[in-house]
Amino acid sequence: MSLFSNTAVLLSKELRTEFRSRELLTTTVVFILVVLILFSFAISPTTEESREFGPGLLWLAILFAASLMLQPCFLREQNNDTLSSLRLAVSDPFSIFLAKLIANTLFLLLTELIMLPFFAIFYNVPILPEIHWLVLVLFLGSLGISVAGTALSAISAQARMRELLLPLLLLPLLTPVLVVSATVTVSLFEREPIVKGKGIAFLAVFDVVFLTALWLFGEYLLEE
Amino acid sequence: MSKRIILAAVAILLVIAAAYASFFLAPEERTMGLIQRIFYFHAATAWAGEMTFFVCFLANLLYVWKRQPKYDWLGVSSAEVGLACITVVLITGPIWAHPVWGIWWTWDARLTSTFVLWLLYVSYLLLRTLIEEPERRALLSALFGIFAFLDVPLVFFSIRWWRTQHPQPVIMGGSGSGLDPTMSKVFFFSVLAMHVLAAFLIVERYVLEKMNSELDFLAREVEAQ
Amino acid sequence: MAPSKLSPTGLRFESIDKRYGGLFALRRVSFEIAAGECAVLAGRNGSGKTTLLRIAGQIVRPTAGKLSFPGSSADSSANSRPGYVGHSTMVYDELTAEENLLLFARLQKVESPVARAEDLLREVGLYERRASLVRTFSRGMRQRIAIARALIHRPSVLLLDEPATGLDPLGITWLANSLRELSRAGCTIVMSLHGESEISTLATRAVRLDAGIVIADTQTGASLRDILMFGAA
Repeated sequence: MSLFSNTAVLLSKELRTEFRSRELLTTTVVFILVVLILFSFAISPTTEESREFGPGLLWLAILFAASLMLQPCFLREQNNDTLSSLRLAVSDPFSIFLAKLIANTLFLLLTELIMLPFFAIFYNVPILPEIHWLVLVLFLGSLGISVAGTALSAISAQARMRELLLPLLLLPLLTPVLVVSATVTVSLFEREPIVKGKGIAFLAVFDVVFLTALWLFGEYLLEE
Repeated sequence: MSKRIILAAVAILLVIAAAYASFFLAPEERTMGLIQRIFYFHAATAWAGEMTFFVCFLANLLYVWKRQPKYDWLGVSSAEVGLACITVVLITGPIWAHPVWGIWWTWDARLTSTFVLWLLYVSYLLLRTLIEEPERRALLSALFGIFAFLDVPLVFFSIRWWRTQHPQPVIMGGSGSGLDPTMSKVFFFSVLAMHVLAAFLIVERYVLEKMNSELDFLAREVEAQ
Repeated sequence: MAPSKLSPTGLRFESIDKRYGGLFALRRVSFEIAAGECAVLAGRNGSGKTTLLRIAGQIVRPTAGKLSFPGSSADSSANSRPGYVGHSTMVYDELTAEENLLLFARLQKVESPVARAEDLLREVGLYERRASLVRTFSRGMRQRIAIARALIHRPSVLLLDEPATGLDPLGITWLANSLRELSRAGCTIVMSLHGESEISTLATRAVRLDAGIVIADTQTGASLRDILMFGAA
């Protein structure tokens, strides 16, 4: 199907571009690290508190990092007007979004996985027991952030003050992801880890709702 | 013009009547006393606010579909009026809460999601100020408005299921949980009054936006020459 | 570089309007370019040339009016899309010349994309630099990769927006020769130009725009020279 083959071609372009320079990945990793450290300076939590507040701070850091990482998404397509050539070349504009959001999810996930050991050490949280669930939550949360972020990045790229605008548009929209991901993550770190199936299902619903919205309205986001 | 004046008159009369009813016709609530009367205003405004955001959502959808400027005018008008309603809700909430429960704010589902809603619509209006070209502005803000509206139930349920404190002071309390019949009547009358007021404000704002837009159109034409 | 010989295609504008708010960038623009013609769009900056070309390239939708490509066969929907060379290269600086062409070839379902990309690189004289990032290219080379990208799907219509800008005399000669070759092979060419040059000598047709309106057309008697230089009807 042409949508999937176009998406695959574009995805490989996105990945190739990023892995060649690794600018986004390195800056995002460092940013999350800095934010997490600053949080602990501001709060100086005890071990018990770390376990309770750590995940919330982690997800907050991920959200901040993502709202910065997602800015170049459509901005860099303005450089040489490549957005126009892409639009001309693909039959379904959704493939452009799909490729970018998959790439963004992968970048976010990669950053989070790199950060995880540091987080575990600084905040004294046992990440290993339910690591597979943790990765699932990270994936679903990151997917939600990417879907919303990619869509809004297309909007903010066409406005002024885009550096401030994207976080402003994105962060309130992602409140459900923050709340649910943090809650589920906390319960995974308890002495008796609990897997909140309802929370994980909710994250999946969030992802589906915004993916569908993007599929329905994406082409209008790219109109000129 | 005369229709607008009639609407204005009706709105003002209804609001005055509703205010009178809340203060003098509704019985005093057993535990909370006088301050409880703010509930009629607070909850009615909340309902009106939700209705205007729904109108905004419909206007956004219609604009993306039909691309007629009137839907953009309706969208911005209902968003601004909705934002005003929500601001009132967010202010009256604490005013009510403090004397009754001793706290200014509580992270209950409705208040918190109302606050996020407020943030989303502030962003919607801010986005509009950052895009110069009228057609781009209308389209992009309509699209953001659609995403924001889709987010609202997700925000509400995420907070209700995972953040609502226990025990729960019932801020929007009373509605649906066995209101005294007179209170009920006063409440629904207030709801009517606030809806008509909101409608009146939307109409006025719409007319203003229409004039603004036409003026802008003419200015651009002149500038082009 | 030769276009698909199956369908020599023309370009028809019918009452094209383009409005941005209160501003009419184009107003009731109507004319037709026959298949195989090499047409020049002339006009001052801001006359609407770029907007009209972007509409022809299907990048921008007109507010009113109709765009059509008489002569294009219905089944070659990919080929009927014109090739567009704009002010920017419309390729990725952080990819190599080869990677860029492969990307666009694959997206547009071009047959044997690898071979096609290679052929084009040779034809525009970038084969030696195929593994270099476009970021390192000179202005002339950037123009060449932009043209290669536009031609990747063998379009029957090629649109160019001020293609000679920033090119040195050698670059202009190369461009003129390439366009001549394309035209001979049956490609319909529409380009916007400022004034006379080696490239304008290729023109078999010219149209002048001013403030979004067609004010002169060689088809209705104006001379090519007049249109390019003085703008009087």
